[in-house]
Amino acid sequence: MIPILIFCIISFFVFRTGFNRFSRIYKNIQLGKAEDLSGSVGLRWKNMLLFALGQKKMFERPIVGIFHFFIYAAFLLTQIELLEIIFDGISGKHRIFANSLKPFYGILLNVIEILSLLAFIATLIFLYRRNIAKILRFQNPELKGWPSLDANLILLGEILLIIGIFTMNSADGQLQILDPLHYPDTGKLFISNFITVNLSELPKDLLVFLERSGWWLHLMVIYFFIIYLPYSKHLHIFLAFPNSYFSDLTPRGQMSNIPEIENEVKIMMGLQGKTIENPSESFGAKDIHQLSWKTLLEAYSCTECGRCTSACPANITGKKLSPRKIVMDIRDRLEEVGKEIESNKSFNIQEDSRSLFDRISKEEIYACTSCNACVEACPVLINPLKPILELRRYDILMNSSGPSEWLPMFNSLENNQAVWTMSEPREAWIDKK
Amino acid sequence: MQIPILSQLHAQGIAPEILFWVGCSGSYDARAQKVSRSFAEILNIAGISFAILGNEEKCTGDPARRAGNEFMFQMLATQNIETLNMYGVKKIVCTCPHCFNTLKNEYPELGGNYEVMHHSQFLQELLRDGKIKIQTEKEAVSYHDSCYLGRVNDIYEAPRSTIEALQVEIKEMKRSRKNGLCCGAGGAQMFKEEENGDKRINIERIDEILANNTSKVVANCPFCITMLQDGIKARDQQDKIMVYDLSELILERIV
Repeated sequence: MIPILIFCIISFFVFRTGFNRFSRIYKNIQLGKAEDLSGSVGLRWKNMLLFALGQKKMFERPIVGIFHFFIYAAFLLTQIELLEIIFDGISGKHRIFANSLKPFYGILLNVIEILSLLAFIATLIFLYRRNIAKILRFQNPELKGWPSLDANLILLGEILLIIGIFTMNSADGQLQILDPLHYPDTGKLFISNFITVNLSELPKDLLVFLERSGWWLHLMVIYFFIIYLPYSKHLHIFLAFPNSYFSDLTPRGQMSNIPEIENEVKIMMGLQGKTIENPSESFGAKDIHQLSWKTLLEAYSCTECGRCTSACPANITGKKLSPRKIVMDIRDRLEEVGKEIESNKSFNIQEDSRSLFDRISKEEIYACTSCNACVEACPVLINPLKPILELRRYDILMNSSGPSEWLPMFNSLENNQAVWTMSEPREAWIDKK
Repeated sequence: MQIPILSQLHAQGIAPEILFWVGCSGSYDARAQKVSRSFAEILNIAGISFAILGNEEKCTGDPARRAGNEFMFQMLATQNIETLNMYGVKKIVCTCPHCFNTLKNEYPELGGNYEVMHHSQFLQELLRDGKIKIQTEKEAVSYHDSCYLGRVNDIYEAPRSTIEALQVEIKEMKRSRKNGLCCGAGGAQMFKEEENGDKRINIERIDEILANNTSKVVANCPFCITMLQDGIKARDQQDKIMVYDLSELILERIV
């Protein structure tokens, strides 16, 4: 009775805390600018199935893609086992699915074990890549400190989880022999059986202790993840789905329009303007409330893999710009604003002296060539280019700032409607040699 | 060379099949002017009825918009759309992928709806339809994908199949197609110095091209051509490799 009580109390607090934290993320995303991304339901489902569930872009680097897939598949299937753990925890029974799912139960456990073993190997390789092989895209300055600790914590949690599964299953295997009444037959489990055969000398008390330790370890790691995920880059395991579902379906080369400016120009030129409800007086973005809610969702969906940064021509050639850092900065600023709002009801972001520009320098936003390599690289369809261009817009239109070398181009465009001011007519090229 | 101006044809009541959108580079940059002439010459040889806007053509606004100057972009776009709609233009061919992208993807929302092609697509059609005849000459070239034709508009095969139709082999580089490396000029970088770093982007690119060991590199964008040529000069390899526009490669072989 006491274990059931402890289980229920812990579970209640974990799910309550988890729910609160996830709702805060949801609220934070709502701080963004409205953008209508409804419609094209079929295409959106297709994108979600292809890129989130199918991990299409992960397989473009096939070796890493396969190892990532092992961890992902193990994670998905282990949820069935977690469900059983929760039912067992509440009812005080043992392996509640064992009899009802027979004969699939044994097959299921074997599949979970095989995937867990593969995931274990993958996790070790990932730890090696980050900490020993020091793969280039894990060395950028934005990963120093918390972000790389975060990545390692997740990988260590993964290892603990798998250790829990195998401890539980192998001790359980021996207990099935000693006490078949309480430990239902699972059939032969090929991987944990290797460990089980070495446990035959152990006393039953110790086996029970091992089995329970594995069970609780598994549960505690999962519960830790539930509370920890909202603070971690690892949110992508959930948010990759809505993020790819709501991905931009307009052509990649089409920058978002600013209808207020379109209108002003049209009226200035004596043309018919449109009516705009609640016209904005600020253009581009200096802070998160001026970015689309989708850009904010993207910031939470980023798992900081750095494929964008490793493809960025500016970053490759040693400029300060890193698309990953831009996305991380947006999330950090969003968290900062979210906390302010929580602790201070009268907080008004428009009056805040801080903004994204405290985190993102002009040197970064003006180094971008808008080549879309970052957009192409992101496995979960994040668009780091969009906020960069929104920040540029704000700096140019609202601050009247920006690189001074652009002034001749702007002047030329204004006076001669060409990027250069030339003395010859536009069609003079025809008769040159 | 005979190149009709649209306003003059319009006055005579003639509506040409296509409008050749020359762009600022094609109009004013000495190297890109050569590309404009090559493409126009091919159009003449193929007997295509076409015209240019001449003085009525304005910058499409791509560099202004990507620099963040939306006001300037809207000014230019509105003027161009007014002109194009006034003449009832239906089909536009561009030699610049930035002009191509803006006309194709950004003008419709502002009331400018046209069939827009990049010249690599148009040249592919001319070859396919037998409108131009070429003598083949075997050689191998490097091909540089521009960002705004490739990644942005997903056009990788039209220029490649055009080159291959000339029996010219493309020696692909590691960073090609959707992984193609930018030349460094997009997003209005063409008009400013690069930020501080270890290397210029065009040098990073030209080093890869030089390592590919061909005597020609074919590009499809006036900005790329400028950046690649500057890179070759900086590495002092002018006698090893030449930068070609797709149209120039065809014109060399046309009969």
